[in-house]
Amino acid sequence: MTIQQSVGVFRATADDVQPALRVIELKKQFGPVEVLRGVSLTARRGDVISILGSSGSGKSTFLRCLNFLEAPTDGEVWVSGRHVRMREGVAGQREINALRARLGMVFQTFNLWSHKTVLDNIIEAPVHVLGLSRGEAIERAEALLVKVGLADRRNAYPSHLSGGQQQRIAIARTLAMEPEILLFDEPTSALDPELVGEVLKVIRALAEEGRTMLVVTHELGFARQVSDRIMFLHQGQVEEEGSPDTVFEDPSSPRLRQFLASHVGALRS
Amino acid sequence: MMNMQGFADQIAIGAVTTLQTAAASLVLGIGLGLCGAAAKRASSRATRSVAGAYTTIVRGVPELLIILILYFAGTAALSALFGRYLEVDAFAAGVFALTIVFGAYATEVFRAAIQAVPAGQIEAARALGLSRISIWRLVILPQMWRYALPGLGNLWLTLLKDTALISVVGLDDLMRKASVAAGVTHDPLTFYSAAALVYLLFTSISLVALAALERRSYRGIRTA
Amino acid sequence: MNLSLILDVLPLLADSMVLTAKLTIASIILGAFIALPLSLMRASLTAFLSFPVLAYTFVFRGTPLLIQLFLVYYGASQMDWIRSSAAWFILREPFWCALIAFSLNHAAYTTEILRGGIRAVPFGDVEAAKALGMSYALRTRRVVLPAAIRLALPAYANEVVLMLKASSLASTITLMELTGTARKIVAQTFSPYEVFISAAVIYLGITLVISYAFAHLERHLAKHQQRNAQTGMFWFAEMIATLRPRLRGSVSR
Repeated sequence: MTIQQSVGVFRATADDVQPALRVIELKKQFGPVEVLRGVSLTARRGDVISILGSSGSGKSTFLRCLNFLEAPTDGEVWVSGRHVRMREGVAGQREINALRARLGMVFQTFNLWSHKTVLDNIIEAPVHVLGLSRGEAIERAEALLVKVGLADRRNAYPSHLSGGQQQRIAIARTLAMEPEILLFDEPTSALDPELVGEVLKVIRALAEEGRTMLVVTHELGFARQVSDRIMFLHQGQVEEEGSPDTVFEDPSSPRLRQFLASHVGALRS
Repeated sequence: MMNMQGFADQIAIGAVTTLQTAAASLVLGIGLGLCGAAAKRASSRATRSVAGAYTTIVRGVPELLIILILYFAGTAALSALFGRYLEVDAFAAGVFALTIVFGAYATEVFRAAIQAVPAGQIEAARALGLSRISIWRLVILPQMWRYALPGLGNLWLTLLKDTALISVVGLDDLMRKASVAAGVTHDPLTFYSAAALVYLLFTSISLVALAALERRSYRGIRTA
Repeated sequence: MNLSLILDVLPLLADSMVLTAKLTIASIILGAFIALPLSLMRASLTAFLSFPVLAYTFVFRGTPLLIQLFLVYYGASQMDWIRSSAAWFILREPFWCALIAFSLNHAAYTTEILRGGIRAVPFGDVEAAKALGMSYALRTRRVVLPAAIRLALPAYANEVVLMLKASSLASTITLMELTGTARKIVAQTFSPYEVFISAAVIYLGITLVISYAFAHLERHLAKHQQRNAQTGMFWFAEMIATLRPRLRGSVSR
């Protein structure tokens, strides 16, 4: 099967009854260190789930295990009702690549390719992974650039753009693959404070569109406004989970209370 | 094991000659390089130009050609000087040529290394009233070595290999001994391989020593 | 200084440049061809792939090119099974022997240089490619190698100059390239000054042309950066990077 066909098979099995994403007891060990000790999550189509926690709680690792940038040590990942496993060999790798094409990830450090223009960054994967023609890909890219508010920068190089602009381009690049689930790994943590807002605006718009999103973030105020559910991780386990109001107003876990107290500034944003 | 057919001691003598040539060129070349670096930072434009011409020319001409020029031209010059045919000693010609080559590259290494010494330290020394010479001696030179070491290490390894070129003008080094042995026994494979192994040995020992030197030069300094 | 001799000699030297050019260019192309897959193996995290290539580069960068040249040229004629095979037609010609030795040597240095470039590609760029579903082949071809080559260019430029200078060694196995021709003329005319210095000037000229060409190429490829590539210091940077047969990789950044 070509990767285009693999992606097609995945899409064909997606439906609204099955949860978009189901993670069962995900474990990840780096040598002797257990970073994830059994994290479970279910996301229905259209859910926006924010994942909070102090550094070292495993939230980034969790996200990276979902698209197999890190290989989970144990546990199950089900995407649209289909069990994804890391298998050896070419076929296994092809399946992982097909999965990654359907899960879009936005990185803390944007990771735009500095030797390509903005437009080239966005059309690269649709052309070479999805098999779109260059013309189709450019059309898609330009629509997305309008969406993130950077239509006039199509021929700029990433190093000529501010951090906020680069992250918005990175989001456009991810959206160009028309992913079913969006994964945001601390999208604004590397940005200067005054640039954070423009990126959050884009993410909020995506949430309002009804996209399925997992957002790892320290922007608590934003998380509260935008999420359907909040998950608080501590030392590799789910410490508390619930609706934003419950989690923020009436946290039951003392560690969560401590965490919220130390982030009072972020809550006000 | 290789059958050296009685040439083993000759090969060993050649290896020693190679080391001697390289060592002599290293010492003189470092001296030349320091002078060159100083010249490049001189206030006189003429001095800087001369140094610049030196490095550009030497780095743009094959080492073999430089060796040939200095050997044959040197012979011609000496003969003209003394009125009779005098050949330049191959060892001297070799060391001379390799020193010139090493010095040109070393000039660049030292120049960059001197520049790499944090300017703030030099300013502080000046503010404390230290004389120019003292600043050079106490602040710049000791720290410059740390930055120069990787570059010099590479130049040393290249120097070791370049000594083989002097065999072309008759120096009885490792390469020449191997050639002679190969010619006599009609067994080039054995002797050239043996010579290659000796060079590899020299290279390996040098790499280990350089790594140790670099580690030592970084004591007390925090790195990424 | 006999100027008329120089004028007489220049056309002869210019003719021999053709062989120098052929040898240099062919070695570079063949060497780069070999080095491309080898550098990927060398950059791999699996020792099974990386180690054999390391052994190869270690031997070829740790021994003089002259020995490698002699081993191919004289060594091939020694082995009976080569002399009686079809390969002998190639291996008895000094040109092909020189080409083989130079290519293998150039490939060893280029492998390490390119490997350094590959390792210098920001890991985030590779992760982004992975996250977009690009396969190893695709992301190596479209993301890693273009970035790696740009990063390795200063060091590679230096290596090309070194290859040009190394071509002079072909004169030791009877090839009449620039240095070999110069030696022959010196033997005939007994004027080492004029002939050798003319040859040196020609080499210098070609070296400067190559350096400017690469500097131009670097500037062109660095358009995407905010600051221009530092061509002033590139001699130093590339020399350091090239001449460093470190086991860990050669592009020091």
